[in-house]
Amino acid sequence: MKTTQILIAGFGGQGILFAGKFLAYKGLLEDLQVSWLPSYGPEMRGGTANCNVILSDDPVGSPIVTKPDVLIVMNLPSLQKYVDTVVPGGQIYVDSTLINEKVARTDVETYYIPATQMANDAGVPTLANMVMMGCVLKNNPNLTFDGTAETMAKLVPPKKANLVELNMKALEAGRDYEG
Amino acid sequence: MAIVFQKPHALTDAVLHYCPGCPHGIIHRLVAEAIDGLGIEGEAIGVAPVGCAVMAYDYFNCDMIEAAHGRAPATATGIKRCRPDNIVFTYQGDGDLASIGMAETVHAAARNENITVIFVNNAIYGMTGGQMAPTSLPGQVTQTSPYGRDVKHCGWPIKVCELLATLEGPEYIARVAVNNVKNVKAAGKAIRKAFQNQIDKKGFSLIEVISACPTNWGMTPQKALEWVESDMIPYYPLGVYKDRSAAKEEEAK
Amino acid sequence: MAERVLMKGNEAIAEAAIRAGCRHYFGYPITPQTEVAAYMAKKMPKIGGVFLQAESEIASINMVYGAAAAGMRVMTSSSSPGISLKSEGLSYIAGSDVPAFVVNVQRGGPGLGGIQPSQSDYFQATKGGGHGDYHMIVLAPASVQEMASLTIKGFNLADKYLMTSMILADGTIGQMMEPITFEDAEIETYDKPWALTGTKMQRPHNIVNSLYLKPDELEQKNFQRYEKYAVVEENEPMWEEYRMEDAELCVVAFGIASRVAKNAVAAARAEGIKVGLIRPITLWPFPKKALRAAADQVKAFVSVELNMGQMIDDVRLAIECKRPVSLCNRAGGMIPSPDQVLESIRKAQKGEN
Repeated sequence: MKTTQILIAGFGGQGILFAGKFLAYKGLLEDLQVSWLPSYGPEMRGGTANCNVILSDDPVGSPIVTKPDVLIVMNLPSLQKYVDTVVPGGQIYVDSTLINEKVARTDVETYYIPATQMANDAGVPTLANMVMMGCVLKNNPNLTFDGTAETMAKLVPPKKANLVELNMKALEAGRDYEG
Repeated sequence: MAIVFQKPHALTDAVLHYCPGCPHGIIHRLVAEAIDGLGIEGEAIGVAPVGCAVMAYDYFNCDMIEAAHGRAPATATGIKRCRPDNIVFTYQGDGDLASIGMAETVHAAARNENITVIFVNNAIYGMTGGQMAPTSLPGQVTQTSPYGRDVKHCGWPIKVCELLATLEGPEYIARVAVNNVKNVKAAGKAIRKAFQNQIDKKGFSLIEVISACPTNWGMTPQKALEWVESDMIPYYPLGVYKDRSAAKEEEAK
Repeated sequence: MAERVLMKGNEAIAEAAIRAGCRHYFGYPITPQTEVAAYMAKKMPKIGGVFLQAESEIASINMVYGAAAAGMRVMTSSSSPGISLKSEGLSYIAGSDVPAFVVNVQRGGPGLGGIQPSQSDYFQATKGGGHGDYHMIVLAPASVQEMASLTIKGFNLADKYLMTSMILADGTIGQMMEPITFEDAEIETYDKPWALTGTKMQRPHNIVNSLYLKPDELEQKNFQRYEKYAVVEENEPMWEEYRMEDAELCVVAFGIASRVAKNAVAAARAEGIKVGLIRPITLWPFPKKALRAAADQVKAFVSVELNMGQMIDDVRLAIECKRPVSLCNRAGGMIPSPDQVLESIRKAQKGEN
């Protein structure tokens, strides 16, 4: 596959790092080269969080995503901060429940998903992140929804197996969303 | 002819470097006698401090390590956690244990680390030439308290046994002295108990030994021992400050 | 073939250390290395090992000193401010010639600094750090896989030379996840007749000590130690060369900086600039010969660092100042972008500094 650089950003507590981990594990199972780099710091909950994921056939050079091919944002500050870093022709996924602003750029593909609302409606209010991921997997030409269940099974510890089903519900909701 | 008195095997033949009249020799001997008496020399690992006893590694016949200043309880912890069946002891002075090494001392005690600590309190930094120690008495003249220790300026002496006895952790905390025959005998008993506790896996035992420093106190050895009786012991009362096993037995009765 | 797993760099160090036979870990919490301690706390009790959270960095390094003297494979990990506190113990360990393994997942400094990635402890690590004449073997991983492989290597080298091996990583390599495979660790074992085991009344007592009051004796100890260091410098330098075969410019970078630099080298090559990269894997011993050889091939060097320019001194010394060396850097927890490195390469190509 073409090297795909992904930046996921939002508030701490939204599952930003977990969403990135999901993509990284998916890459791992697909035998890709993978890197996952979290922002880290004292803001465990409520502060800003972001996560860099790179998927590639070739060894990953810098794990730091400075020019994302895919930007996934779940709060307004993150959209404002990163919107101009996306490469021309790249994609931006916006949680439109939490972000009212539209992307002004015309050289990128933009998807607006009311992920937080959808997660609430589906009874999985903490899984808006995975609603976003479902949409990304469906719409990004370098990614695929195939293998999602296997990835979740790998990612979720056996003790919390019930979470696989809930995550799949959120992922499928994102996949099936027609904007 | 029966031999009734000889050098303990746990002491080497090295000539001690301590000043004339210094009780370190007595305390070394008491430690060595305890090691001999319990038959643990082959298992013993000693941790020497920074201070007058810095070269204790040459004097004890068991395996020895030289620790950084104040860190002996941490170094002993590292050894004991690797070799729980060995008998690990530290031999430290008041500057080492109660000043720079206070954190290591308190935490080893709080963990009830199964080690034996011999704490020699002579109320002064001897090795560096007689500076004020954390245990120097109020009013005591030293090189760095030339007008006498002014507690308003530099605070009060630290009573280590009293302090450590407030902790849940340690097994046995006692203060002894070596200024007369009776006290030396009692000190020997306490030190032996501190090693026995380790053998019995009871945990942290600390024996504070009130000692003297004729050289840096500026006294004759005889006068120094008198000062221990008249000034040191009233400030640092002798006795057992904590004995968990004894307390438990008492409770059981 | 072992399974490929995703793991954080810090966790890879911990797992590799266990595989290297380390059963004793003494540490104190500090960001961004805490995963090492957390991993050890979870694993050690289950395999008969010891994890102990010490009261301070100072205590933990002195516990390491004791455990090393007892003859065990032992480690501690910390980040920059914590390493400063450990420097006392590192000096004692060097002066007593016992083997230890220490991890520094660097953050920005000086002082309390920040918690973002940095390489500003290069001087501290490679020039000794604590007081006295001594060196540590300093290993600089650039990937999660290397966090593991250099950990195993580090334990072996420490035992081989009776020195401290230090992993000098940074917050990025520590926090990132990459796929990693654990092959069977090659554990080298060395006799430790000097270790504190108790005499069992069968041998003279062992003494582990760094005190020599007679200056001529202490001088001899230093001489002997430096003879050993000369052997290490001869035998143990490790480095990677990337696209150096026809290079006219050489970028020098280690750790995370080398990852960024590789992107820049690729971009510069796309512009037709013949540039390569030398990545020191051991920072001490520094791969002097590789750089000296490169000086006969290239016209200029660019040192890429996450500090104010520290390794650049060693580059200049290694090439005996035969070629210009320019610095491309960020500091304080910032990381140079591939574009910034590319710009430095372009300048070097034009002969600018």
